[in-house]
This record gives sequence, C-alpha cells and structure tokens, in this order.
Amino acid sequence: MIEFRSVRKQYDDGTVAVQELSLTVPVGTITVLVGPSGCGKTTLLRMVNRMIEPSSGTVLVDGDDVRDSDPAGLRRGIGYVIQQAGLFPHRTVRDNVATVPRLFGHSRRDARRRAEGLLERVGLPAELRKRYPVQLSGGQQQRVGVARALAADPPVLLMDEPFSAVDPVVREGLQDELLRLQGELGKTVLFVTHDIDEAVKLGENVAVLRQGGYLAQYAPPEQLLAEPADDFVTSFVGRDRGYRRLSFVDSDGLVPGPVDTVRIGDTSADVPSQAEWVLVLDPHDRPRGWLPPGAPIHGQLTEDQLIAGGSLHTSGAPLRGALDAALSAPSGLGVVVDEDGVHLGVVTARQVLDILESRRHPAVTEGAVQ
Amino acid sequence: MDELLRYFSSPSNREVLLEQIGQHVYLSLVPLLAGVLLALPLGRIAQRIGWSRAALLGTAGIVYTIPSLAVFVLLPSLIGTDFTSSLNVVIALTLYTTALLVRPVLDALEAVPTHVTIAATAMGYRPHRRFLAVELPLAVPALTSGVRVASVSNISLVSVGALVGTGGLGRLFMVGFERDLVQIPVGIVLTVLLALLVDLLLVLGCRLLTPWERAGRAVIAS
Repeated sequence: MIEFRSVRKQYDDGTVAVQELSLTVPVGTITVLVGPSGCGKTTLLRMVNRMIEPSSGTVLVDGDDVRDSDPAGLRRGIGYVIQQAGLFPHRTVRDNVATVPRLFGHSRRDARRRAEGLLERVGLPAELRKRYPVQLSGGQQQRVGVARALAADPPVLLMDEPFSAVDPVVREGLQDELLRLQGELGKTVLFVTHDIDEAVKLGENVAVLRQGGYLAQYAPPEQLLAEPADDFVTSFVGRDRGYRRLSFVDSDGLVPGPVDTVRIGDTSADVPSQAEWVLVLDPHDRPRGWLPPGAPIHGQLTEDQLIAGGSLHTSGAPLRGALDAALSAPSGLGVVVDEDGVHLGVVTARQVLDILESRRHPAVTEGAVQ
Repeated sequence: MDELLRYFSSPSNREVLLEQIGQHVYLSLVPLLAGVLLALPLGRIAQRIGWSRAALLGTAGIVYTIPSLAVFVLLPSLIGTDFTSSLNVVIALTLYTTALLVRPVLDALEAVPTHVTIAATAMGYRPHRRFLAVELPLAVPALTSGVRVASVSNISLVSVGALVGTGGLGRLFMVGFERDLVQIPVGIVLTVLLALLVDLLLVLGCRLLTPWERAGRAVIAS
C-alpha cells in the first residue's frame, strides 16, 4: 500500500507542484495518476522513492515512512519504469535487467539467470538477450524496462508514462501485456500518464490531477466517466466519455440473433438467399467477412470476393465492444464470437441501446418483457 | 640520404635515439594519464556544483594559455625541483592536460541522457557508483576525443622541454641546430609517428571499451 498524507511540494522559487494532497493506493491494484502537464503527477510519483522530497506531509509504503529508509536502499525495493525506458545504452538487454539484483549483491551469474527468466516473462525472445538497447524497437525497449523494474520482485512498481513514446498499436499491446502481468503478479502499481484512455483502461482507481497540483477526483474509472466531479474532470475525460463508459457496462441480456452464413469454398448454390447481408465463415466457423445483398458468386467463394468485416464482440465482454462491432460492420450487424473466435450470432446497435435504456428504466423493462 | 645512413649506422646514435623515444613516451604519456585522472573528478565537480563550473572552466582556460617554456623555466623556482629535472615537464604537462580535458569531461558527462541517469538513480545506484558504472562508461567516446587532442598536444610540447635540458625527441632538434642537421627531420618524423601511434591506440582502446557504439552504428546503417 502507498499512502500520501497531506503531501505538498513547493520549490524554492515559490512554484507549487503539489498542493496539500492525500491519496491511498491499495495493495495489489493499479492506480493511475492522470492529468495535463504541470499537474504534479510525476512529482507525486517520485515522492514514493524519494527522488523528490515533499515540502511537508508524509509518504508511507506499506505503513513505513519512506524518510526512515536510506534512499538507495528504498529504491532498490521499488520497481521503476520511465518514459523511453531509460535503459542503459552500454549494457546488453540481459545486463540491463540484471541491474538491481547486481546492486543487491547477487553474483553476475545469478543475476543474469534471473534476468533471462524475466525477459521470457515479459514476452521477449531469448535471442535478444545479448543485444544492446539501440538494437531493439521502442516496444521491445519498454518490455525490457518493465522486466528490469520487476527483476528484484519488488512489491511496489512506479511507472512514469512508460508507453507514451511508442506508436498507438504497440502501446495497446504493451497495455494488454501489463494487465496480463499484473494478473499474474498482483503488484501495487502507481502509473502516471497524460492519456485518459490509458488511465481508464489500466486503472482500478484513477486520480485526476489539475494544473497546479490539485487532486480533482479520485475514483474508479467507471465512476469517473459516469459522475465527473467538476467541469475540469468533465472536459478532461473528454467528449466520448459516454461511449467510453460502455467499457464498464456488462453485456448481460444481449442475445445474439441469427444471420445467414456461408463458408469459404461454397458455391452460389449453397447460399440460402441473397436478399440480406450474408456472413462468411472459415472452416472453423470463424467470421472472415461479408457478402453484400445480391452479390454474384462466381464458382467457389474466395476471400477476395468478401467485404472486410468490422470488429468482433466477444460474448460476455463489456457493451462497448458490442456497439463498436455493430457500428463498424458494413452490414450494421455486429458479429458476436465466443472465446475461440467462433461465430455465435449478430447484434444490432439498436439492441445495445435498448439494453442501456432498459437499465435506466428498470420498471419499463419488466413491462417490456411481458 | 647518405647523411641519414651515416646517422643510423652509428650504434651510439641508435642507442641515444631509443633512449630519447623512451623518454618522450614517458614524458608525454605519464602526464596524459595523470591529467585524465585529475580532469575526471574536476569535470564531475563542475557538473554537480553550479558555481564551480565557471571557476573551473575559467581557470582551465587561463592555465592552457600560459606559454609552456615559461612554465618549464619557472616551475623549478616555484616547487624547488632541479632545473633540468624531468619532473618539471611531467608536472607542467599534467597541468596542461588537465586544463585541456576539464571541458571535454564536463561535456561528455552532460551528454549522458537524463532519462538514463534518472533511471539509474531510481534503480538504487548511489551517486558514486552511478558515476563509475553508468555515467563514466557512457562518457568514454566523448572523453576519447578530448584525450586524443591532449595526447597530440603533449607529444609536441615535450619537445619544448628539450630547451631546458630534459630528454625526449626534442634533443634531436637541439643537436640538429647546433651541429648535425639530419637529426631535425629524424626528430620530426619520429614525433609525428609517435603521435599517430598513440592516437591509433586511443581509437582502438575506445572501440574495445564501447562495443555498444558499433551496435548502434550498424542499426543506423541498416
């Protein structure tokens, strides 16, 4: 657990980076500090490992005042991932990861063995271990950064905009990876970002900070999107917050409907009717794309005759995926699949909206069912 | 050419020459090493303590502008050494090397990316160890450039020491002017060769110390 108790940071020139602020980061969760630049989020993060000392107030890690520990010793026990990874350019990937075990006095061999285990854990192929950071892609460097922070198995992990320097696709992969790792490791993570989408995706709790170091709101992400505390939070969480909030709404009650299907390799004789859009499946019943109404089929159906499908909604996932599937499909029919990607049926945007509507007016729902 | 043959055919000439080369190497490289060892902490102080920066760089600039001959002549009376002692040259050149290297050391240390030093601190490096394990290795390429300049400067300045009676290849110029002209080109060629050889060794040493630099260049090239 990390506890900020009335911490405040004022610099000698009078600038206040953090106003008197209290915050508790629960054990084993990801807590995100989010806000525009100059909101004090990084300052707050660095108070935890004493890279910055508060002007007043105390920071406690697992109940102990951080000021009671020697800074270097304290830092070895706290994982830290920085923007651009901050890898040591002169050390190989493996030796970068072995840094903290070496500082703890482990032999080079033990530290390297541990490092190799961690590289595997964060999904980096073993042949990269003797490369230098400059020989890796940005995404790979970030993975090494995470592995390095985890090398001494610290209970607390500080992450300072770790994924901001990589492109959006890679970033999403790294975020998923972090969530997967967190599922296995259950660290207490304090994560800093300026990206509200990232905050909402990763955080079990999100602290929105305002310029000048004020805590505007501290809440779970769904509450942040549903009930922003003030105008600042409202504008910061942005225009799409209603849509984003669907990420936290379950899809119970969403029943996929039937749709005509054919398989790759079928001929026109196999297509039941072509009055409507027809969903095309592969031999394992996984969706491949769509045939528009009345489209001619010459001989056997091949992939290049299809119109690409939209996103897929995995049954049981939040409503956002279902709505997106319906909106992105050329047919307006969102394809629902099971965990293995096997087609279950389709939903319309109307169905999603009806579910939302019915939850807003429970009484009407009962009436509608009868 | 005959003159050269005559010069080199004399065993005593060769013996003296070898001794002079040895002295020249000693007189130029010992100060180089001492200068590096002094400039490193000074550069680090200049980097870490704000007000010391201007003072150190200013002093270094002034020291380097003092004519070497004046230093060779004045040093014995200042520190009480014998007028022809090679210690004078060693001390004087150490001063020059240090003065020459303070700025490159400072630049090299400041070129270490901030996110790397922050990461090192956050990993739990104490300042001293961080300097030795992270900042110093990363400063090697920039530092080498400075040391290469200093080595050439030292090798040429040692010759001046001959004017006040210390050894080295500078003796060849003295003797050459006095009575045996052929020794002058011999001295020039050997001095240049020595400078080139030391430079080559420095470049090779830097390559050995910084394998990651080549990895980086390969990436940029591809």
